[in-house]
Amino acid sequence: MLNPASAHGSSAETPLLQAIGITKRYGTFLANDSIDIELYAGEIHALLGENGAGKSTLVKMMYGLIQPSAGELRWMNRKVVLAGPSEARALGIGMVFQHFSLFDNLTVAENVALGLDGKESFAAMSARLAQVSNDYGLPLDPKRDVWRLSVGERQRIEIVRALMQNPKLLILDEPTAVLTPQEADQLFIVLERLRSEGRGLLYISHKLEEVKRLCGTATILRGGKKISTCNPRAETAASLARMMVGADIGEVKAKTARATTVPRLVIKDLSLAPDDPHGTYLHTISLEVKGGEILGIAGVAGNGQDEFFAALSGERLSGAEGNVVIDGEAAGLMSVTQRRRLGAAFVPEERLGHGTAPRMKLSENALLTGHAASGMVNHGFIDRPATLETVDKTTKTFDVRKAKRDPEAVSLSGGNLQKFIVGREILREPGVLVVSQPTWGVDAGAAAVIRQALLDLSGRGTAVLVISQDLDELAEIADRIAVMFHGRLSEPLVAASATREKLGLLMGGSSVSQPEPTVEVSHAVGA
Amino acid sequence: MGLLEAIFLSVIAASTPLLLAAAGELVAERSGVLNLGVEGMMIMGAACGFAGAYLTGSTLIGALFGIAAGAALSLVFAALTLGMAVNQVAAGLALTILGVGLSGLIGAGFVGEKIVPAPALYIPFLTGIPIVGRILFGQDGFVYFSVALVAGIWWFLYRTRAGLILRAVGDSHTSAHALGYPVLKIRLFAVLFGGGCAGLGGAFLPLAYTPFFIPGMTAGRGWIALALVVFSSWRPLRLVGGAYLFGAVTILQLHAQAFGLGIPSQLMSAMPYLATVIVLVLISRARGTAGSAAPASLGMVFVPDR
Repeated sequence: MLNPASAHGSSAETPLLQAIGITKRYGTFLANDSIDIELYAGEIHALLGENGAGKSTLVKMMYGLIQPSAGELRWMNRKVVLAGPSEARALGIGMVFQHFSLFDNLTVAENVALGLDGKESFAAMSARLAQVSNDYGLPLDPKRDVWRLSVGERQRIEIVRALMQNPKLLILDEPTAVLTPQEADQLFIVLERLRSEGRGLLYISHKLEEVKRLCGTATILRGGKKISTCNPRAETAASLARMMVGADIGEVKAKTARATTVPRLVIKDLSLAPDDPHGTYLHTISLEVKGGEILGIAGVAGNGQDEFFAALSGERLSGAEGNVVIDGEAAGLMSVTQRRRLGAAFVPEERLGHGTAPRMKLSENALLTGHAASGMVNHGFIDRPATLETVDKTTKTFDVRKAKRDPEAVSLSGGNLQKFIVGREILREPGVLVVSQPTWGVDAGAAAVIRQALLDLSGRGTAVLVISQDLDELAEIADRIAVMFHGRLSEPLVAASATREKLGLLMGGSSVSQPEPTVEVSHAVGA
Repeated sequence: MGLLEAIFLSVIAASTPLLLAAAGELVAERSGVLNLGVEGMMIMGAACGFAGAYLTGSTLIGALFGIAAGAALSLVFAALTLGMAVNQVAAGLALTILGVGLSGLIGAGFVGEKIVPAPALYIPFLTGIPIVGRILFGQDGFVYFSVALVAGIWWFLYRTRAGLILRAVGDSHTSAHALGYPVLKIRLFAVLFGGGCAGLGGAFLPLAYTPFFIPGMTAGRGWIALALVVFSSWRPLRLVGGAYLFGAVTILQLHAQAFGLGIPSQLMSAMPYLATVIVLVLISRARGTAGSAAPASLGMVFVPDR
């Protein structure tokens, strides 16, 4: 009997869904290696693991999107082969995707209709949609186009769509990754209610506190293998993390003395219209980042962060040269290269396609951002030894792991490529560094290296601006945190007093009653 | 028949092939496939349509030949872009070159031959209405069919579940795939439909417009049809207005030449294309305010994971 000894009380009960020795092979790569898991009704089961551990692969097989290479699935003790999602749905398996499976240019009702099997009329479906969304306190306007909705509302569509199939088992893939803390709390209430209705839930996450709070059982994957099934409430966050990562993660250490100097990056009355019809307007943003300081920009994705980054990097020009001042030079109308010459460096969110040219070698990618100010060009000719040297130095300083000396960017794992991109800019010792989502989708080990590097850089007097959705990350490294909402930026809060609650309210668009005075900070790390 | 009536009749005749080809391309693009081979599929439709009608003496069979030829050529495109995930722009351009060449070969034996053009179908009472009767209800079957086709496409896209699924595939193929829809199969049908319509639009030329075949007789109409789809912002009903506007520009420049306006005829012949460019510029400028009209997955290659 494969039943785990732990966690689930009534082991005599039949599991809703049971995976036995499930294996998924891509060429020689084992995405899932003989995984056993049992999911019961009335239970929230966590699936924990780092990026690339095989969580998504496993649930895609449970939803019939991909076929296992070996092993079997049993639904209520009966062997099943799921040829497609509609077969999974017919059994009673629902899924809420991490990257929403929504259609931006269709209405809410149309989106829901597409997730159902079309046996009822559109009118009947719309009526039922109103009823289900009402029942569960997940309000939705069926006639609105999805692209107009916030991320939280989009997730509501996914959940309501899954609930309308009255699923026995609901799979949720990292549902809180894009939510404000308050929205996440509301989601937990719904999930708890679904559990108490006797449904089974499989909850994928890498947020340990959340899992400890919500889930009665946890299965941990690492490198495609199942490490353990345990009761997360009986574990500590540290012991769970150890199982996920396979080693202790280095603590990020703040430097001791934290002295800020003059403002090195000044943004004044920056307003900008979006260049894409679904984008966000920036409204009179003003901000100062001092040398030696890390300023964090929190906010739910899609609130103007992309436009803000583009205006700072010079990919898009704001109206006036005084909008962006880099080390005392008005740079608002300067190109990316001119801004780099002033000592600024930029790390965009998207690693492949924006941060690097995927099919070019690392040395060529180093040249792409370093050509203006890093001595890699000699009278218009590429100094190839110098570009290779940059790669070697970045590799060594930031522990970039790769198969050969100078591979294509696309061949690196997410974490290693991110270390390279951030490292490439840091080695130039910029006076101003603007970095967007520095550790998004990066394994915990690489994330620690990157955060430490940002802290060390600010310790050497650089003004660092970090745009991040990850509040834990900002709490760990930022001195002050401002929140972006609908293209407006809040007053920065001192990190020590920026609680999750306060930030969450700002991220949801309400204002904090008493604005914090923005005083100098001596030490605000680890708040 | 007055001059005005003659102008209207010739505008309708000039607009119909554009409307037919553009309607098919609209469906293909709504599913997310950009097939730039419309010109090639049209000229193949013209050559095979003429061959069919000449050999059997039947306009209807000619039209069916045209549809089959357009669809067959689009099948080549589908095999490349959907089956082998080839870049759609490159495959579409190659398709046009292939179609132009192949139609010359097929049509070579028919150059100089003549057929009886498609007869006008008069509708009792309606055709008798003064002035507009002849214009609206004295047309050949292609014209009636083209308008019915667009109405049918509108109904399909906005009133049926299959149409909703097709629009969904064009909006986000990854989402559609995640929900279990067979993206490539749906696109295959859309591409074949587009090919059939382009073939029919091409067949209209030798079967109804001029009763003979000459190589290259589509003369860039396929490209105008492509521009029309953008012009209509991918909406079928706007497509009708657009097609007639472009048809009118084509005809009016002929009449302007006849009046001897002192403008070089080459420049006048370029008018429809100039209008296309101007319209495209205007649309692209208006995009910021009007919201994005293009299907979000348009032109993107999709390879499902297994």
